[in-house]
Amino acid sequence: MKTFLILGAGTGGTMMANKLVKRLDLKEWKIILVDKDEVHYYQPGYLFLPFEYYKPEDVYQPKKKFVPSGVEFILSDVELIEPEASRVTLVKDKKVIHYDQLLIATGTDIHPEEVDGMLDGWRQNIFDYYTFEGAMALRGFLKNFNGGRVVLNIKEMPIKCPVAPLEFMYLADYYFTQRGIRNKVDLIFTTPLSGPFTKPVSNKLLGDVMTKKGIHTEAEFDVMEIDSASNIIRGYDGRELEYDLLVSIPTNMGSDVIKRSGMGDDLHFVPTDKETLRSEKYENIWVIGDAANIPASKAGSVVHYAAETLIENILSALEGKPLTAKYDGHSTCHILSGFKKSLLIDFSYDTEPLTGLYPFPVVGPFPLLKESWLNYIGKLSFKWIYWNIMLRGIPFPLPPEYSSAGKKQAAVS
Amino acid sequence: MATKKIAGIDVNVNEEGFLTNPAEWTKEIAVELAKEEGIELTDAHWKVIDFCRSAAAANGAAPTLRAITNGSGVSTKELFGLFPKGPAKKVAKISGLGKPEGCV
Repeated sequence: MKTFLILGAGTGGTMMANKLVKRLDLKEWKIILVDKDEVHYYQPGYLFLPFEYYKPEDVYQPKKKFVPSGVEFILSDVELIEPEASRVTLVKDKKVIHYDQLLIATGTDIHPEEVDGMLDGWRQNIFDYYTFEGAMALRGFLKNFNGGRVVLNIKEMPIKCPVAPLEFMYLADYYFTQRGIRNKVDLIFTTPLSGPFTKPVSNKLLGDVMTKKGIHTEAEFDVMEIDSASNIIRGYDGRELEYDLLVSIPTNMGSDVIKRSGMGDDLHFVPTDKETLRSEKYENIWVIGDAANIPASKAGSVVHYAAETLIENILSALEGKPLTAKYDGHSTCHILSGFKKSLLIDFSYDTEPLTGLYPFPVVGPFPLLKESWLNYIGKLSFKWIYWNIMLRGIPFPLPPEYSSAGKKQAAVS
Repeated sequence: MATKKIAGIDVNVNEEGFLTNPAEWTKEIAVELAKEEGIELTDAHWKVIDFCRSAAAANGAAPTLRAITNGSGVSTKELFGLFPKGPAKKVAKISGLGKPEGCV
């Protein structure tokens, strides 16, 4: 019996377990799925929690519910991966697993300790919303917040769901408006990038959205330290911003087990071939989702599209054939803009977000790079699709490859 | 896309003056681009530029601040001293690479 070991039962690991159990010969293969946590979180839902647009129970379910029969699920943290020996040691009972094929799906975590002083005010008036605990703590804080300076800071790229900070600002604008205290709140968005939008078409079409909503942007802001006694966030260039509430998107790093195993880059992401999704170094190691260093967004849609490529390449490799499936960086994202509207963007490694219709030319129905109510409904219905279709590895009636059909190339001219 | 004559060579640049083809870059171009930013290049600057050129050749994109500090051994504070106000973007420009971007 050969072993196919999957580390991480998040979006990528769960989806791939569901695909592998259908495609591998289970008389020949044993599939083991390992995760340290029993709860599966619907991470796109974190954004809604601080504003009470979702109830906490909307965003979690037991992981085991999505583990198909035929897959062994082990609840444990991973102590070490030894790729040269094709061996993994778990924390629980120091169990050693010898694998024939390994899929790393260990995701990314936030590291607030990367900014000097941040932990001093952590979860007092400095919050993240990239964890369930952080989003819930922020929800508690906002309930009693009646005005002041709300500063959002992105420490550095890459981050999970790069558009979520924009969505946070738009929803905050909507939330404070609904509460009737928008005029008592200053919203300040700080980013190390050149602005909220960096791609030419997006910038041209959406560049003024922040200003229209009364959100102030501090671009090219590289945070140096936080003085939580005086509630000041300080940049390397000397800029100082006062805050009453600091919403932080801390440094995102790959899992500690990747660091412990010496398998990661500067941020503990695993060097991965961006087209085949195989480890750059080891032929029997595959990487999916946030754990990989591929230059795609860290997002569930990337995982979904990448999984279609990955399953084909794994099967090819097992049959000794060349890896012909290629992931093209395809990503589809919603940008909630508040007031029951949403924007939709669709892009790849080579093509920036463009205007047009998705997923089909002419009939759409979803307009790209444009605020619409229909997109908002699409975003809300996605939660059901996630739990019931995506995680179970059921293919969508949508092609995984990026398509330029229905998109307008000349939008910037 | 437009072309611009820098240090006597016609190169392709985008709206913000970033070279769009890293292969067209020369050291003389770097000196001129740095001057536009008000920077006189010293050995310390070149150490960073050389690192960024080789990192981009390997990874296909301009390195992040973290990658620059880890890879070149120059601290973030020093980088801000060498390339004031936004070193990641300035170094990318002077090194003939695209600016650091998000997905939108």
